[in-house]
Amino acid sequence: MSVLTYVDVSEGVVRKSSLEALCYGSQLAARLGVASEAVVLGGHPGDLSELGVYGVTRVHHVSDAGLDVFDTRRHAVVVSAAAGACGAVAVVLSHSLNGRALGPRLAVRLRAGYAAGVIALPETEGGFRVRRNVFSGKAQSEISIATPIRVLTVQPNAFGLTRGEGRAEVVSMSAPEGAGRVRVVETRRVTGTVPLGEAERVVSGGRGLKGPEHWGMVEELAELLGAATACSRAVADAHWRPHHEHVGQTGLAIAPNLYFAIGISGAIQHLAGVNRSKVIVVVNKDPEAPFFKAADYGIVGDAFEVMPKVIEAVRALRAG
Amino acid sequence: MRILVCISRTPDTTAKIAFTDNSTKFASEGVQWILNPYDEWYALVRAIEMKEKDPAAVVHLVTVGPVEVEPVMRKALALGGDEAIRVDAVPADAYQAAAMIAEVARGGSYDLVLTGKETIDQNGSSVGAMVAEFLDADMVGMAVSLDCEGGVARVTREIEGGEEVCEVPLPLVVSCQKGMAEARIPNMRGIMAARTKPLRVLSPAGVPALSEVVRYDLPASKAGVRLVPADRPEELVRLLHEEARII
Repeated sequence: MSVLTYVDVSEGVVRKSSLEALCYGSQLAARLGVASEAVVLGGHPGDLSELGVYGVTRVHHVSDAGLDVFDTRRHAVVVSAAAGACGAVAVVLSHSLNGRALGPRLAVRLRAGYAAGVIALPETEGGFRVRRNVFSGKAQSEISIATPIRVLTVQPNAFGLTRGEGRAEVVSMSAPEGAGRVRVVETRRVTGTVPLGEAERVVSGGRGLKGPEHWGMVEELAELLGAATACSRAVADAHWRPHHEHVGQTGLAIAPNLYFAIGISGAIQHLAGVNRSKVIVVVNKDPEAPFFKAADYGIVGDAFEVMPKVIEAVRALRAG
Repeated sequence: MRILVCISRTPDTTAKIAFTDNSTKFASEGVQWILNPYDEWYALVRAIEMKEKDPAAVVHLVTVGPVEVEPVMRKALALGGDEAIRVDAVPADAYQAAAMIAEVARGGSYDLVLTGKETIDQNGSSVGAMVAEFLDADMVGMAVSLDCEGGVARVTREIEGGEEVCEVPLPLVVSCQKGMAEARIPNMRGIMAARTKPLRVLSPAGVPALSEVVRYDLPASKAGVRLVPADRPEELVRLLHEEARII
């Protein structure tokens, strides 16, 4: 028996979100007293045995070229075959863009109870109960799963990475008969920036910055901190910034270690997307801005006066 | 072209989130209900746009829920859906809802099944992919654009740090997000027409749920903000470095 973690390499690298899922899978396996195993689909240039440092003892590698394309239907066939082969009692994925499309398919295929975006290890005494965020981060729920196999996706940035010693045994597995129908015709990458969903630090701007021409301070601070940039809905709707930067209830929900909000009042819809951040810093000239109630640190002041000094101080800190 | 749009009713984005019955149920008293924004703004409006280009296309709506969800179904009809189907059940989990929707989809031989990327109450992103698996159909998640021509869909989906454009033969399930379409407001003609559009009610197939919510909790509130004077921003940086140890 085992816990099987799906490690996504469809973009040529193993992302942090998949490593978090691996660590979760290994700790869940330890809790259930079963082996921690992983499955990798498609070609991978690196040494997969190195995944052993995350507690996994065996990596099933299905290297068929056809699996280089992320195809939810085909991937579900292959991963569920792997789950069957290693007697999985749980399949773990990241609640990443790919994981959230693959996880539910696996659940149906394996007739497994499904919990999306879990934020902690389950309670396994007398059942299987696991926590997740609901109502866009405004509440949590506890899900009870009664099926003998479960599928869980792990919320990015909710579960820390732990590294140990050890190498995993890599075993080749052949893919079941069949082929995918999805054909990728183009891949566009935004280069040089940290993907917002998995960023540990995020600097975000709102309408208080008065116009897209003032985003220099947001970008400068983000660069100094190695942070991703984000914005409020009003800013995205006004086309000051691209839509993929919009965080909030109807945009992306994020949970970085640091969320630095400049000129954002903190409407309830915005808070819903960011209130799981570990530390929230708010700079706003309105002392009544609701965001201050949700913040850990704040400055009541004009961003145009305050931010250059903040940037200077961060630069000095980095230099020192 | 036959399009099925899965819609869901959710509390308004400003609704107060509280729970009753020993923290096992959402306190719906006095709550304003809306069409789930992702279903409405992206999945439904994109379907309507496709219908406007192709007059032969039909757009059906499906939801699993009690009679109380009918007002939001009428709104979806007012926006331009042709017919709505309500499976009369209160699903305990996404698996149960998806199984019931898949049953409807099977009966309607749809080319496209569209969903929003998630609901703003359960945030599961589950139903679309589950429906696809029940139907053994292809599925593309988190799509930002969708066009169909000659039985093939061209879909752009978000990937970590970029976008991927792919082509997939129909039938196909797509979960839709921002970028797919611009939000619309129903006009008076649409609202009038919606009153007489067909809204069919189906009895649910006997599908078990595989999981259940046993408890809801509200997060612990923050200790309170620590304000730094505006003339000493360097103090903020010091606190973030030495106290919060975050930079």
